[in-house]
Amino acid sequence: MTTLADRPVTASTGSFKLSMLLNDSRYRSLTFQFIALIAIIAFMAFVGGNLVRNLTAAGLNISYAFLGEPSGYDINQRLIDYDSQSSHGRAAVVGLLNTLLVAFLACITATIFGVVAGVLRLSNNWIVSKIMAVYVEIFRNVPVLIWILIIFSIMINVAPSPRDFRGDDATASMMFFDTIAVTNRGVYLPKPIWGDGSMIVVAVLLASIVGIFAYRRYSRKQLFDHGKMVPVLWPSIALFFVPVILVQLILGNPITLSYPELKGFNFRGGITILGSLIALWFALAIYTGAFIAENVRAGILAISKGQTEAAGALGLRPNQIMSLVVLPQALRVIIPPLISQYLNITKNSSLAIAVGYMDVTGTLGGITLLQTGRAIETILLLMLFYLTVSLLISFFMNIFNNRMKLQER
Amino acid sequence: MSDTPAQNVAFVRTSEIPPSPPPTRETGAIKWIRENLFSGWFNTILTLIALYLVISIVSGAAPWFYNGVWEADSIRECRDILAGKTGACFAVLVDRWDHLVFGFKYPQDAYWRPLVAFLLLLVAAAPALFGKIFPRKMLILTAIYPFLAYWLIWGGTLWLPVLVAGSIVATGLVFRLVEGMAVNMRQILAGVVGLLFGLGLAWLLFKGAAELVFIASNIGGSGLSVIPYAVFWAAGIFTYVCVIPMGIFVGYAIYQSAEDGGLVTIVTALFAIYIMLAYLLGPVSGAFNSIIPLELQAVPSRDMGGFMLCMILGTVCVTLSVPLGIVLALGRQSHMPLIKGVCVVFIEFVRGVPLITLLFVANVMLAYFLPPETSFDLILRVIIMITMFSSAYIAEVIRGGLAALPKGQYEAANSLGLNYVQATRLIILPQALKISIPGIVNVAVGLFKDTTLVSVISMFDIVGMIRGPIQQSTDWISIYWEVYGFAALLFFVVCYSISQYSQWLERQLQTDHR
Amino acid sequence: MAEAAKLQVSDEVAITIHNMNKWYGTFHVLRDIDLTVQRGERIVICGPSGSGKSTLIRCINALEEHQAGSIEVDGTLLSSDLKNIDKIRSEVGMCFQHFNLFPHLTILENLTLAPIWVRKTPKKEAEEVAMHYLEKVKIPDQADKYPGQLSGGQQQRVAIARSLCMKPRIMLFDEPTSALDPEMIKEVLDTMIELAEEGMTMLCVTHEMGFARQVANRVIFMDEGQIVEQNEPEAFFLTPKSDRTKLFLSQILGH
Repeated sequence: MTTLADRPVTASTGSFKLSMLLNDSRYRSLTFQFIALIAIIAFMAFVGGNLVRNLTAAGLNISYAFLGEPSGYDINQRLIDYDSQSSHGRAAVVGLLNTLLVAFLACITATIFGVVAGVLRLSNNWIVSKIMAVYVEIFRNVPVLIWILIIFSIMINVAPSPRDFRGDDATASMMFFDTIAVTNRGVYLPKPIWGDGSMIVVAVLLASIVGIFAYRRYSRKQLFDHGKMVPVLWPSIALFFVPVILVQLILGNPITLSYPELKGFNFRGGITILGSLIALWFALAIYTGAFIAENVRAGILAISKGQTEAAGALGLRPNQIMSLVVLPQALRVIIPPLISQYLNITKNSSLAIAVGYMDVTGTLGGITLLQTGRAIETILLLMLFYLTVSLLISFFMNIFNNRMKLQER
Repeated sequence: MSDTPAQNVAFVRTSEIPPSPPPTRETGAIKWIRENLFSGWFNTILTLIALYLVISIVSGAAPWFYNGVWEADSIRECRDILAGKTGACFAVLVDRWDHLVFGFKYPQDAYWRPLVAFLLLLVAAAPALFGKIFPRKMLILTAIYPFLAYWLIWGGTLWLPVLVAGSIVATGLVFRLVEGMAVNMRQILAGVVGLLFGLGLAWLLFKGAAELVFIASNIGGSGLSVIPYAVFWAAGIFTYVCVIPMGIFVGYAIYQSAEDGGLVTIVTALFAIYIMLAYLLGPVSGAFNSIIPLELQAVPSRDMGGFMLCMILGTVCVTLSVPLGIVLALGRQSHMPLIKGVCVVFIEFVRGVPLITLLFVANVMLAYFLPPETSFDLILRVIIMITMFSSAYIAEVIRGGLAALPKGQYEAANSLGLNYVQATRLIILPQALKISIPGIVNVAVGLFKDTTLVSVISMFDIVGMIRGPIQQSTDWISIYWEVYGFAALLFFVVCYSISQYSQWLERQLQTDHR
Repeated sequence: MAEAAKLQVSDEVAITIHNMNKWYGTFHVLRDIDLTVQRGERIVICGPSGSGKSTLIRCINALEEHQAGSIEVDGTLLSSDLKNIDKIRSEVGMCFQHFNLFPHLTILENLTLAPIWVRKTPKKEAEEVAMHYLEKVKIPDQADKYPGQLSGGQQQRVAIARSLCMKPRIMLFDEPTSALDPEMIKEVLDTMIELAEEGMTMLCVTHEMGFARQVANRVIFMDEGQIVEQNEPEAFFLTPKSDRTKLFLSQILGH
């Protein structure tokens, strides 16, 4: 055998040549990235140069000073104090909170709609599963903007105006023993008044929630240690309601409700939920619910029949199969798309501008933009806000996914 | 276990058991209803609730449809005809049909043009969507379609789209020609092209560096702006340094590629199409048109409206965003950190913001970033932003397809000696795209629905038409169910059929060879 | 045995591997590999899983990058120079455990793809060559089918034919039979034996000891990234020197 042992050879050869920039795998990717870098810089130069020239021509500059100036407009839906003397920055915060509010409400409602519809679509009941299929298909295949506008139009046109509630020959009346008024301006709900000692009631409520968890733990321990099945459902419900109601009665009703009352042309007192908020909330919920229903259905179907059969063969009862075998696995499939649906709700809530709900797009990207003419600054801030929310949500989703993956191994 | 006595285990059947019908309660409609609707108290309650729901919706909606008025000039007249009965006022659809479908500015005598374009779209899309049923040759029709549709909808001279198509074909021919050249001939070409391109690039870089310094001097280094000030200065100096080396290097690289013909072929072809589109297109199409005028009445973009606008935006943006999405997905898979980083930032940024903010960008912000003298019309700016938007989503779908391919496919392609471009084009993309089609179709449906958002930036698509000219006219003030219902119906028909197609395709893929 | 001895081994060197080392992160997969392969040699590489045998032959094809030492194939040094890598890959054919046929192309297209795009062979000619090799692996009638419609054994034979279409001077086999059902192993091995008889230089990672005895002129045993023992097949199987080899052989031949 001939060996070449006496010849010194290494993986890299010879001195550097220009052609190695193209033909050598060590340098080639650097070359490409260098070219890409120059392309990016060229793009920066093009965009930046145009921006500078256009701004100079329009006599503008980039400045965020406007955020501190008084806004001069009113916002009819606000979670924090605000009036027209407040700054544009505060208006943006009010809008931002409004976005989060409607997104939060819609996420919860959409989850409920989606889970109910997804489960019912798999039901053996023919008529129910068909109705759910129709719901899913109709709402998935029509733009959410149209749903928002339809529901908003119904709110305005079908619901009675406050004046219809007036007088002895009122054409409209309040619902649920005169506590709730549905009008074309919005829905008026009773508002809780926190009297003396109401904190005790709240504390008791929190304590009983903790108690429920402790009780569930206890019952599981009973099962594991002594093999005894302790009923969970009814005791939990009792634990939730009974102490709070007792304390409320003993302390002499510290928490009372203030009911909306018709005064002049409108209702006063109570909590007002604007029609635009309801339209947006409900439309987003019912539209996204259709998508969530599909995710839920796919998640449950993905857990193969074999899993159900295996659990059944072990002698587990149907509800145990569901809660111990199918659901934990289905959740793993369902939750990632569910979270991206939440993300969609947050982004779609920017359609508020179509019905005049003052979310962050309506304040910062709407009136503030129009009043100050600072298009670049406001839109960049707007994007930054949505981007932050999205990245936060996907950050948590990644954590969740990684934890799920680890359990798989 | 069984303690049967010692009986004979051997058994032979001597008589046939005839098949008998099942017990009566187990067959027919009664069994079906029992099992599917009334099996247990919970199910029974569900069924009753569902029945109540269906009956109340039908009984509410039926008279509304049945009493519907189809002929009236205004909502008041409509209500007079109805005389207090519940009933729809479909007359608005008849009266404003043109507005809903074409917008209010598109010339009436040209309505046939978008219609023909729409019908041709179905014909052109068929061979692409149902590859197995239609012969491959029909794909030529698909390739011609964009040019034809442009001419039909926007009008103007036919020579323009024809010449653009011709330029693309000619570019392909140039590509083939250079590829097939003898090496010594190509060496000369590569020398010339390399020199030109190197000089051109050096000049461009020089201009760019000057621009960067100009920007930096405009920012001014005070306060917070010191960071961009420094960045632009650094970039400017960097670019100045790069001018000569980059020019020499790129020219040299082109010259070097004469042997295998990769780079020089592409650069020559790009040169060719640039010259054709930038310098020849206008005069030549003008000249042709003066000799043989083939012209339709030109319609400016801002006159597009109604459902037609949604269709235009939907098809154009989906078509454009698929190639862009492929590039982004490949970039995101790249091992080069810079390229990967750029793609990740782009994709995550676009996916993180609502489409509305991008439309705002198109509406009020994009103009600041373009040269002062250019005037893109709004529809073009919107197309750019929607295409960017959907390409990010399509990129994620395709990335999933790429990730689903086994590593062995890359290895087999490599071990056969295919290079990156060949392996990607011939092995990886065909398979990855096939897996991704259902996902891409879903993105397309979503995108099509999102075209309604342009109404927010005061464009008159179908929703814009309803909210503007129709609901605010004195004749049809505050009419909503009929018009929104009609819009919803149109979207439902299109989106539902596309999603059914996607499901059909998914089933096809599952049964496919693999 | 007798057949194998008949086969010619020339003095010409096909592959030289010198002091080659490879790490996956901090894990030292290949340690100081020294190996010289003459043209016409049939080498079987065996060893327990994770011993680095697959990695070794994948390095020869530059599917994996080695970090130290040198690999020279037909006088071309395998470095980071892409032209050299291309040259070596066009000299060296490779068959994989999972065949890695391209499922979206027909058998014929699988075979003609690389000749057309890499060798720039005219399509007609490439198809003729492809049909020739399909006949050689005895499945010319499947040319228009898709890989998914073929059995595992047929797919692996197509994969061999696909490599042969590039007219390689060296063939690498990475466990070509381990993903196959027992009744299909023979048809693939027969093809490989035929190839060996034609004088192809072969490096084969396999656990088919019968094949090693019949065809190989050298058996290499690897463990923990090192070449532990190499010998002619007869001596290797009858009188193994190293304890590790003995243990391995007792496990693999024991049942």
